[in-house]
Amino acid sequence: MSRITADEVRELALLARLRLSEQEVAAMTDNLGAILEYVDALRALDTTSVEPMTHAVPFDCPTRADEVKPSLLPDEALANAPRRDGSFFQVPRIVPGPGADGEGGS
Amino acid sequence: MTSIDARGATAVAIADGVRAGKLLARDVAEQYLDRIARLDGALGCYLLVDAEGARRRADAVDAAYKAGRDPGALAGVPLGVKDIFCTRGVETTCASKILRGFVPPYESTVTSRLAAAGGVMLGKLNMDEFAMGSSNENSAFKPVKNPWSHAHVPGGSSGGSAAATAASLCAGAIGTDTGGSIRQPAALCGVVGVKPTYGRVSRYGVIAFASSLDHPGPFGRTVEDAAALLEAMAGVDEHDATSIPAPVGAYRAAARTGGDGPEPLKGVRIGVPDEYFQPGMDAEVESAVRAALDELARAGARIVKVSLPNTKYAIATYYLICTAEASSNLARYDGVRFGYRAGDARSLEEMYTKTRGEGFGTEPKRRIMLGTYVLRAGYYEAYYGKALRARRKIADDFQAAFAGCDAIVTPTSPIPAFKFGEKTSDPLQMYLADVLTVGPDLAGIPALSQPCGFTKAGLPIGLQTIAPALGEETCFRVAGAYEARTKWHQQLPPETAS
Repeated sequence: MSRITADEVRELALLARLRLSEQEVAAMTDNLGAILEYVDALRALDTTSVEPMTHAVPFDCPTRADEVKPSLLPDEALANAPRRDGSFFQVPRIVPGPGADGEGGS
Repeated sequence: MTSIDARGATAVAIADGVRAGKLLARDVAEQYLDRIARLDGALGCYLLVDAEGARRRADAVDAAYKAGRDPGALAGVPLGVKDIFCTRGVETTCASKILRGFVPPYESTVTSRLAAAGGVMLGKLNMDEFAMGSSNENSAFKPVKNPWSHAHVPGGSSGGSAAATAASLCAGAIGTDTGGSIRQPAALCGVVGVKPTYGRVSRYGVIAFASSLDHPGPFGRTVEDAAALLEAMAGVDEHDATSIPAPVGAYRAAARTGGDGPEPLKGVRIGVPDEYFQPGMDAEVESAVRAALDELARAGARIVKVSLPNTKYAIATYYLICTAEASSNLARYDGVRFGYRAGDARSLEEMYTKTRGEGFGTEPKRRIMLGTYVLRAGYYEAYYGKALRARRKIADDFQAAFAGCDAIVTPTSPIPAFKFGEKTSDPLQMYLADVLTVGPDLAGIPALSQPCGFTKAGLPIGLQTIAPALGEETCFRVAGAYEARTKWHQQLPPETAS
């Protein structure tokens, strides 16, 4: 019995916004099950009263002067867009309404 | 004007020649570009060769020298850059289909510092997709071959960086190390690789995998070459809030003092942890590392026993933390602003899931899924929270060990390079390749790998030197002493034309 079921894998894929084929779901169920079983070894480690270590090296959040500095120009920021419309990133329709479905042109 | 044979040339020799007016950076660049054209077809180190840019950069170095300006500490040194560093105007893919065609509008701090020091970038180096892997087999584009044996992997994730340095397809390279991704391929390819202290080198412009564990660092043919690169890369950066404000050490000088006198390591205590010599370790690796420890003792070091009792929890801890961070970092690849977008999506939701399903390879998907799982409400404390506590115990082990020694010396990898396909069917077996390298990543402390021998089959063996936080100079001093007394670093892999 795997530590994780195919249905749980499908649900996780939805949360992670990953479309997986049924073949991928099957392989992922096996792989994740084996990995989860392996990491269970950590349960044997006593960590009572151990502070979580969120960072390798302790540091204070440094602040900087609040000055206006040059940053990317809109055209530079948009240059890699798979689809753009003027100074906007273009995506499929989010709100229902008249007009074509999908990635209609502008 | 003299010339230099690029095969086996050191970065330091090239920079010295260019700075003395004895070498032209342009001539040096042409030699390396020619080697890449002849030899890289068989090796697969480069994802992109920027010949025009390299010539332009080399000419600028020569012009600076001619004009009487300082051409920089790395003047004319041809460098390879792992394709995880953003390079302005030069495609950067992280070896992933999801970033194919991405041309960064800005430059990483590391690459801009190397360029300012006179370094000449030749191109972008192959890697495991999003730095996830230990064999370079996870590149979405092509595998990298180990220059010492084309049937064997170069290690990963910075496999292209290690192989290109070994094969003299660059005079030095940069990579990133999250769980061993600089040191393990350096060991498997027979070159020097350094993972500095966390925050010693800026992560600005380095495509994020696991932000609390990502360490950029150098590859060199020699200890001094790696030290010279690190000196140019390191230092605080206003664009990375986690970068350390402490002054950069004299790494090159430390690498050289290792060669001074008959006992250059007199007074240095070297700790050897039993936990890093476990059953399953290759016998040839173990005997080469034991012989290296004897050599360090002859160099004056005192060898002492230390214990890192939580080593057996390191891989589990590492994979819980790195996948959690990866699942969050890789959420940005949604097909909206850059990179790949799946066609024919009828809704935004469908665009996200199809883009990510089609754009990511198997290993990033697996890690995103595992990370999503361990961060889920109800599981968070049992997995991620537990791992963060285990991480502290592992870091505390190192701190306790350093109370009794100045450096810890171990094998870098328990096995030499393995064959293609040997570990691809079982992801857990691949994860275990990092068993001796993840500890210093979790603790954030510096560690260096250097060649310390070859197996009977001719595959390189790596020696790891670990020091306390900001103890890079200790790593370079110990490694420099070992290198000065041995000749492993002078061996060159065979040349096979494409």
